[in-house]
Amino acid sequence: MNRTPNKTASASAGLTVSRRRFLKDAAGVAGGAGLLALGAGLYSRQAAALPATALRPPGSLAEADFLAACVRCGLCVRDCPYDTLKLSVLGDGVTTGTPYFEARAIPCEMCDDIPCVAACPTGALDRGLSEIGDARMGLAVLIDQENCLNFLGLRCDVCYRVCPVIDKAITLERVHNPRSDRHAMLLPTVHSDACTGCGKCEHACVLPGESAIKVLPVRLAQGSKAEHYRRGWEEKAEAGGSLIGDQLEMPVRGLEGKAYGDTRVGPGEEPAAAPKGGIDSGWKP
Amino acid sequence: MSAHGQTRDAVAPGSVRGAAVRGVVARPGAEAIAARGWWVAHKWLLLRRASQLGILALFLVGPWFGWWIVKGNLASSLTLGVLPLTDPFLIAQQMAAGHWPYREALIGGGIVLAAYLLLGGRMFCAWVCPVNLVTDAAAWLRRRLGLKGGKVPAASTRYWLLGCVLVIAAATGSLAWEWVNPVSMLHRGLIFGFGLSWGIVGGIFVYDLLIAPRGWCGHLCPQGAFYGLIGKVGLLRVSARRRSACNDCMDCFAVCPEPKVIRPALKGVGQDHPLILDGDCTNCGRCIDVCGKDVFRISTRFDRSES
Repeated sequence: MNRTPNKTASASAGLTVSRRRFLKDAAGVAGGAGLLALGAGLYSRQAAALPATALRPPGSLAEADFLAACVRCGLCVRDCPYDTLKLSVLGDGVTTGTPYFEARAIPCEMCDDIPCVAACPTGALDRGLSEIGDARMGLAVLIDQENCLNFLGLRCDVCYRVCPVIDKAITLERVHNPRSDRHAMLLPTVHSDACTGCGKCEHACVLPGESAIKVLPVRLAQGSKAEHYRRGWEEKAEAGGSLIGDQLEMPVRGLEGKAYGDTRVGPGEEPAAAPKGGIDSGWKP
Repeated sequence: MSAHGQTRDAVAPGSVRGAAVRGVVARPGAEAIAARGWWVAHKWLLLRRASQLGILALFLVGPWFGWWIVKGNLASSLTLGVLPLTDPFLIAQQMAAGHWPYREALIGGGIVLAAYLLLGGRMFCAWVCPVNLVTDAAAWLRRRLGLKGGKVPAASTRYWLLGCVLVIAAATGSLAWEWVNPVSMLHRGLIFGFGLSWGIVGGIFVYDLLIAPRGWCGHLCPQGAFYGLIGKVGLLRVSARRRSACNDCMDCFAVCPEPKVIRPALKGVGQDHPLILDGDCTNCGRCIDVCGKDVFRISTRFDRSES
């Protein structure tokens, strides 16, 4: 009479103990595995910040999508004929095992057949890119105007000359040289609608160490567009005339013979003489 | 050193009691070497090393000598310009992260998946994976030095970790595990250059040697867990068909990377046939090598005969 309940009690006690133990073990294991994986996840989050000098191959998906798609196989690296691309190794600062290049070391040669994109089995490099001119690996920025030789008034022009999209991606803009006041400066100017970010300009810059022109990730190189401002001249061109009616044009003393708004000084003309002394020290920019 | 000498003096090779008491055998397979000679007693080990190093060599002759037989690495490769092979573990992670790969990767993943479904998934671990060389070396050294005990995580940890790998991939939208995955890191390092990855590989060696015997491959590696799951129905299986001849020397247990898989087949625990059907068995064949009584052989999962 007493035995049976006892037996069930002890059996159920054993069951409870084993269940408790199972739950404890499972919780421990799940917690440990979760911690490990969480650590990997956090680390990956941190490591996902791409250094500004590391450029992805042409056709790369946006960085977040790229990191979901790239299996780090290196087939793009193998098919790059110029050894431009390399796989990052742990410690490079670029997500371990993913392909990148540094423009100052070896720039992208913009192959017509884009072999790296053709080699990618996963779509991390998007085959929607059929014209290499449409690639946007980054955007060149003439970042150091103090040391750029053209900004000093010289005719270096090297970045302009090597640009594979010359006169579209980089143009030389002629401006007055206020230092000598009698020469022009031809300023290399990058246009985002044509620059592929190949990095040939950064590679070729003649400055001994760091380049004055650098290819940066587009996100760093470009501000976002001021959508809330309307560009009057564009609106005007679009509408075929001013949206607010003709402007009243007042004469400007000393410039009576010129078109409205034209303040340029021609040869033989003197700029409007400012009184000597007083607040004008004679300094010219 | 003293532990080493002690274990060798105290126990005669093949002694049942000694092995059981120590729970570890310093030189498993001594009896088999005496009975069948060194080469035959290392047949499967040598074949396996040839497979591991041969596959590695196929990847390396390209970058080293310019003979492009295989391009890429174990993550995804192209053989002779036509055969794509992709790691299905990576495709699973990609899909969890929300990316659908191109057809080449899917075909390549399908080929690999089919091969391991047929052969037994964890054959990847024993016959292909380069980390096996590292952990086998740690296990060998551990036996030789007579290191006992250690803190081993539960064998199910790898399945939890596998789940976490996929969950983290989905949560971060990236192949987060590939930042730290020692398996792909070692293979990629050998082919494309290491950087600091040596540290992670060295860490696994030290972990297996000093902390957890067979800790990485047998308890933690989520990639092995993945292949273990797809290989549950593999055709190639080890059979303990002459189990009646077993003299309980424990050599197979000492050498087996997943010792728990042997018992059901060898001792008939929970099953009546002599096949090792556990998905965790890597088909490495070391039990066949070290057995002095010729108990084990490679067979198929349909061959339940015994002799």
